[in-house]
Amino acid sequence: MAAPIPKNKRRRIALGCEGSANKLGIGVIAHDAVTGEPTVLSNVRHTFVSPPGTGFLPKDTAAHHRSFFVRVAKQALADAGISISEIDCICYTRGPGMGGPLTSVAIGARTLSLLWGNIPLVGVNHCVGHIEMGRAITGAQNPVVLYVSGGNTQVIAYAEQRYRIFGEALDIAVGNCLDRFARTLEISNDPAPGYNIEQLARRGQTLLDLPYAVKGMDCSFSGILTRADELAAQMKKELSQGKETFTPADLCFTLQETVFAMLVEITERAMAHVGSNQVLIVGGVGCNERLQEMMCAMAAERGGSVYATDERFCIDNGIMIAHAGLLAYETGFQTPLDESTCTQRFRTDEVFVKWRN
Amino acid sequence: MATEFPLPPVLTYYPSSSSTPPSLITQGAEGRLYKSTHLASSRPCALKYRPPKPYRHPILDARLTKARIQAEAKVLDRCCREGVPVPAVYAMDAAAGWMMLEWIEGQPVRAGINVWLGARPETDEAIDAANDAHQTPLINLMERIGTVVGALHLTGIIHGDLTTSNMMLQPWKTTHTSQQQTNGEEAAAKEAAVQGDVVLIDFGLATTSSSDEDRAVDLYVLERAFASTHPRAEKLFEHVLEAYGKTFKKAPSVLVKLADVRMRGRKRSMLG
Repeated sequence: MAAPIPKNKRRRIALGCEGSANKLGIGVIAHDAVTGEPTVLSNVRHTFVSPPGTGFLPKDTAAHHRSFFVRVAKQALADAGISISEIDCICYTRGPGMGGPLTSVAIGARTLSLLWGNIPLVGVNHCVGHIEMGRAITGAQNPVVLYVSGGNTQVIAYAEQRYRIFGEALDIAVGNCLDRFARTLEISNDPAPGYNIEQLARRGQTLLDLPYAVKGMDCSFSGILTRADELAAQMKKELSQGKETFTPADLCFTLQETVFAMLVEITERAMAHVGSNQVLIVGGVGCNERLQEMMCAMAAERGGSVYATDERFCIDNGIMIAHAGLLAYETGFQTPLDESTCTQRFRTDEVFVKWRN
Repeated sequence: MATEFPLPPVLTYYPSSSSTPPSLITQGAEGRLYKSTHLASSRPCALKYRPPKPYRHPILDARLTKARIQAEAKVLDRCCREGVPVPAVYAMDAAAGWMMLEWIEGQPVRAGINVWLGARPETDEAIDAANDAHQTPLINLMERIGTVVGALHLTGIIHGDLTTSNMMLQPWKTTHTSQQQTNGEEAAAKEAAVQGDVVLIDFGLATTSSSDEDRAVDLYVLERAFASTHPRAEKLFEHVLEAYGKTFKKAPSVLVKLADVRMRGRKRSMLG
């Protein structure tokens, strides 16, 4: 079933291409042929940053990925210090994500595959990429996973060969809520809107009243965003009249305290439900130190532990696609060229996780 | 684990607790559950305590804790009056974050189902035929779940967190055995695991609503929790819905709405 290992081959190498949102990432990973131990050989990323007050549009983002693909790929190869002939498979993000950017990167991956003599392709689920990379980096064995980013909000636990979704956002993702609020306040998108909200929130002091929307293990963010936008409008109006009852920092502080409390709460519910005391946080919002701190406070009380990674692995990257793809490839999985499509909707629980038991 | 936390203040001064020392039963996501007694040492009770959450801003925490205890007590009281099987409220102090409830004997439905499924020889196979005769005791349980949820919804209450962990199986006074005695002790134990009256607990996220939408979401939460907790018995969930559909006049339209909820937005892949 598994691809045969030549006697002289000590490791398998995969190149991963990620571009489901505004980050174009290409990375190279090696797995020890015997132990499976992963080694990151390179991890290169280039981010499309839009001006303050705007978001990244699919068309512009796709154009960004197309224009930087070759540069980033070359850099990833150079950093890894490997020759093309050593690459076992080329992994790319099959979904979920934005259509245009996904397509651009899938074309890039196919091109590399054909160019380098039909190297097998492996289509990877973006969310599974995050989870597997998080597990590999932190060493968390069987954690409840909180996957929080600009496009996804899911609480996941592994059971019987699938990453099962216990709770998720019913409307917009938590990162989208934060990003869009950054647009309302016209905060810079560089390096990331969420990062700048986090910095601003540190100076906030007053907790304002925002809706708190947890439904079972699911949560909703659109109503909170609407209310936060209303408060921001009220603040601007008051400011023009020379009054100041609260500041942008207070708003960012309140927004973070509220939405993160919701996330920690649903994570805790899932932990209690499956009887696990490990939490792994992945996805771009997972870099937020306030979220990590709150999660640690919750886990400590339960006698558990939190596993989080830093921006190299939390934020979308090519290495996670390479890693998850290589895990699948080692079980004999490949994506034939004529099926190497991508899709905007690709649920985490659709993937058959053959590499775990 | 039982000695890790200091007792909530109420259990250190509540007079009836002096005869029976309170014990920590479980630390749920929402709070801690203690077993104690109420008024008489022969009257067991559950003390539900929501400690302050260290991760939450104190203002937000106080607001949520008080509102949730109050809402939960209100809902339980209403269920009791309407005859929905739930624990009765004995006493409460919302601001202090505690509520004293009737003690429900038995184990959670989740544990019962796992005992039942775990005892099956073909452990790796999903239960396929929904009318599999061997599954009758489990199917009966599923139907009882559907009926109880229906009764709850009829009173205009939405549970908000229906899972098989939030339902207890209160043992019957006499055991009902559908199988022949020749099946032996193991089969009897297995069957006993899924017997009993279904009692709904943990109304911490309950709301009041009679809309098809809210009822359907409530069922959907249960459906997904069931599928993720008992993947092998996923197919049997239809029996819950079938029984639910017979419980009140508007139940069939809730089931129609449930189909919409399943199809909605990001919940579901748009492919195929």
